Amino acid sequence: MLHIKCPHCGMRSQNEFSYGGDATIKRPELNKEVSDQEWDDFVYNRKSLIGKHLELWQHVSGCRQWIKVERDTATHEIFRTMKANEDHS
Amino acid sequence: MSQNFRLKDIGLVNRDKELSFKFNGKTYYGYEGDTLASALIANGVHLIGRSFKYHRPRGFFGAGVDEPYALVQLIRNGESIPNIKTTEQELFEGLEATSINCWPSVNFDIGAINNFLNIFLPAGFYYKTFMWPKSFWYRVYEPFIRKAAGLGVASIEHDKERYEHKYEYCDLLIAGSGPSGLASAYAAAKNGARVILAEDKARHGGTLLTSDVNIGNQSGKEWADGIIAELKEMPNVIVKNRSQVFGYYDHNMLVMSERISDHLPKTKKFHPKQRLWYIRAKQVLISSGSIERPLVFGNNDTPGVMLSSAAKEYLKVYGVLVGKKPLIFTNNDSGYETAIEFKKNGVEPIILDTRKDPQSEIINEAKNLGISIKNSYVVVTANGYKKVKSADIAKISDDKTQLGTIENISCDCICVSGFWTPTIHLSSQSGNKTKFNKDIDAFIPGTSKQNEKTLGAANGIYTLEETLRDSFETGHEFSKKITNHDNKMALPNVVEKKSTSHDKFWCVPLPEGKNYKRFLDFQNDVAVSDIEIALKEGYRSIEHVKRYTTLGMATDQGKTSNLNGLQLVSNIENKVVPNVGHTTFRPPYTPVSIGVIVGREIGKHSRPTRKSPMHSWHEKNNAVFVDAGLWLRPRYYKRGDETLFEASKREAKNVRTNVGICDVTTLGKIDIKGPDAAEFLNRIYTNAWLKLPVGKARYGVMLREDGIVMDDGTTTRISKNHYHMTTTTAQAANVLSHLEYYLQLVWPELNVNVVSTTEQWAGAAIAGPRSRDLLQKLFPNSNVSNKGLPFMGYMESDLFGVKARIFRISFSGELAYEINVESNNGNFMWEKIIEIGQEFKIQPYGTEALSTLRIEMGHVAGSELDGRTIPYDNSLEGLLSKKKDFIGKRSLTREAFIAEGRQKVVGVVPIDKKTSIPEGSHLVKDSNAPLPNPKLGYISASCWSVEYDNPFSLAILKDGKNMIGQKLFVMSPLKNKVIPVEIVSSHYVDPKGERVRS
Repeated sequence: MLHIKCPHCGMRSQNEFSYGGDATIKRPELNKEVSDQEWDDFVYNRKSLIGKHLELWQHVSGCRQWIKVERDTATHEIFRTMKANEDHS
Repeated sequence: MSQNFRLKDIGLVNRDKELSFKFNGKTYYGYEGDTLASALIANGVHLIGRSFKYHRPRGFFGAGVDEPYALVQLIRNGESIPNIKTTEQELFEGLEATSINCWPSVNFDIGAINNFLNIFLPAGFYYKTFMWPKSFWYRVYEPFIRKAAGLGVASIEHDKERYEHKYEYCDLLIAGSGPSGLASAYAAAKNGARVILAEDKARHGGTLLTSDVNIGNQSGKEWADGIIAELKEMPNVIVKNRSQVFGYYDHNMLVMSERISDHLPKTKKFHPKQRLWYIRAKQVLISSGSIERPLVFGNNDTPGVMLSSAAKEYLKVYGVLVGKKPLIFTNNDSGYETAIEFKKNGVEPIILDTRKDPQSEIINEAKNLGISIKNSYVVVTANGYKKVKSADIAKISDDKTQLGTIENISCDCICVSGFWTPTIHLSSQSGNKTKFNKDIDAFIPGTSKQNEKTLGAANGIYTLEETLRDSFETGHEFSKKITNHDNKMALPNVVEKKSTSHDKFWCVPLPEGKNYKRFLDFQNDVAVSDIEIALKEGYRSIEHVKRYTTLGMATDQGKTSNLNGLQLVSNIENKVVPNVGHTTFRPPYTPVSIGVIVGREIGKHSRPTRKSPMHSWHEKNNAVFVDAGLWLRPRYYKRGDETLFEASKREAKNVRTNVGICDVTTLGKIDIKGPDAAEFLNRIYTNAWLKLPVGKARYGVMLREDGIVMDDGTTTRISKNHYHMTTTTAQAANVLSHLEYYLQLVWPELNVNVVSTTEQWAGAAIAGPRSRDLLQKLFPNSNVSNKGLPFMGYMESDLFGVKARIFRISFSGELAYEINVESNNGNFMWEKIIEIGQEFKIQPYGTEALSTLRIEMGHVAGSELDGRTIPYDNSLEGLLSKKKDFIGKRSLTREAFIAEGRQKVVGVVPIDKKTSIPEGSHLVKDSNAPLPNPKLGYISASCWSVEYDNPFSLAILKDGKNMIGQKLFVMSPLKNKVIPVEIVSSHYVDPKGERVRS
């Protein structure tokens, strides 16, 4: 079970969180013309990478905030966690 | 009593407390502090069970967790528990145990014929033999194998015991309380760290209980007792015995099972039987010790052949002799230590040492005691069927390939020592690679991946002084990092006898013309010949060899067999062991009961049960409940001996003719507030929301980004910046997360807050032509006329002094209202409505009637909005705004979603107007078409229309738009039904929706 540092609540066990996928995906702006390819990339196409992955988790059984977690998908090492509005670059 | 193999003056058992127990129906006696194994051995019982495949007689091999085959079926307090290790089960008064895998009895087992047929049962036997004919597998082979092979019998009774879970945090978790565990725990605890020290066995101390050493002028045991007593007094230390740390998971999460009551005749009141600990440790010290390796020779599974360390433990801890004429077969000094203990207790052992001329302090002591030692000697085979009677021994050449003349030597047990294998399971589970240590011919932990370190014998350190020094230092150093204290304990003076190096020899060659079975894996009956066959047949990877031969796959997970198997493969392959590699260590380290894993999350406790505030009223009024997610909802209210069908028809009919009341508390409710709330709803829902006036509700559909319908419901504008959203019962949690996702991540600029209020409001729907008359009586001071409260209107009012919200919305398709009050007033509201509703013939209705009403009205719900359908499929395309963008809109232009002839919801009526249509059935054009019959659609929901008194269903049908009036067939292979049907509009009743507006 992972140990995730919620930036709002502190260290918590994984079972308080739910996983939300790739955090680098940006939703196309509303009312903007979007090509099929762009839209598919947003909705469906995801890398299944080994290594550092920036991902979203929601602290559902806690503060209910969506947070960003930088995690190694192979070793589960967590490098850092950030609030939703923090820049991850 | 008859404990003929019990010594008088040695051991740690409590001689003042004699216990009686039964094994295979016969009564025996032992002492408090015995294990079942030690008590049986004290009584000279060595035949415990039959082996897995050949049904060979089996006895004891070890004295603890490594035991491969002394397993029994245990009866404790009326419950039957399979595969209990006799070496771990502590004796209690009245214990009953029976042998497993034998019929009719352990002494005469018919299955033992397999032993004589073993030429037909080589490695991969199952794969080869039972392949043909194919149909025989299920009917003949599999049932036969199931009966013949295997271990104990799982009980089918409900487990009456209670199991618990516990979460714990600590600075240092120390797994194992042998010398390294005690030393590191002591050093860390004295330095202020919060320490958990876990010991698998009942007694702390590990090898200190059996070895002849001196620490700080005390015996090993005295020193261990002193340390434990001191640790137990410290507030920062948790000392646990009977507790196995069996799993090492991510981020230093370890799992431990504590056997709280297994050693007692029955569990004490309010106590659990076992407890599962989830421990999050900042640092882990693995002090799991090592396990002695067997030597491999002919018939080395005969009862009476056992590890020399086990023989020593039975002697020193339990005061029990495993034999009176012991033969010690060793390739290292450990065998001598066992021999010395025998000798000191008046038994004459003979040592066979594979080494030519070893010299050490320990060996000298044995010589000085006058113990008979034969160098360069090996056991070729054990003789005896149910117990060792003698051994064939021989001199072995220096290159270990040639055997000399076979001599027969009388003995009643053979104690083997093939040196020591570090227990690296936990460190390996933590993610470490292992490395091979040539000095000890075994794997030790490599670089740590997590915050852990392996100490002592588990790390291949076999001298006490080095172990203690390393452990004291590590305990101090690791605790210092955490506590910043620097209180260092002095290393006590250690006296131990020096040993010399072991012989890299472990498998005795077969004498010419003999074909003895030489076992590697005792529990799964894997012999040297099986590995040879596997390699001959081309298996190379150790993982494949393991699965083909089942080496190391038994419940002991190869604790005594893996390394010898690797040695054999590397010898045959002419490789070195590290190049063969080893199989993966996975949790659990040792079998753990399912009960303790499940804990208290059983039956109704597996998930919380949610009940509405009106639940007790429903109970009192004969409601039959149904699970709706976590909620319990009334399915129908039973009157007399009504069936579900009769009751739901009555309830639905009453809604259509008079008025009914339904508990709708379970609907998800989300409070939405903020200046941008309208804009937010406009993006979330497919239809327009900016112009919804205050005091009005609107039906909305929300999509996922892929265009699939996520949920539907009504949202009401309570005030300018305040909305009340309802969701379906099932999707309430998902919708909240969905809203939070967009507010927090996608559009953080929107000033909106959302919070679940599902639990805060109790809801009652009153539906039917007389609902307005009832409402007027409930709220005499409010104008609830069609004008005062029109369809989709909202008002706040006062229900006999209780604040109430009234929504004119309808799921049943009738004139209907929903009344919400604060939850604690829910029952008051309900009873008031029932009381006043009598005049209008009110009846409560459950989910079954609710479904009937919505189905015949053609209102889509969960069975149509099933995560596979888009708005068009549900005839909701009218709710798709063309003027604005919304979540998922872009996906709706995808090819498949706009294709001609796409599926759409329709109504289905049987031609005979009588036959009920099973849900999930398929719709086909021709009921006699060859299989696979092309499927045109499926029945999503069925009911008995109370309006027309005939069956009616909704279906999702290909090209549903153009199918109205067509005649098709409903096919249900499950129910073996073919029903001719006609496709009609999904809006079967009141298609214009006049009633809700009346």
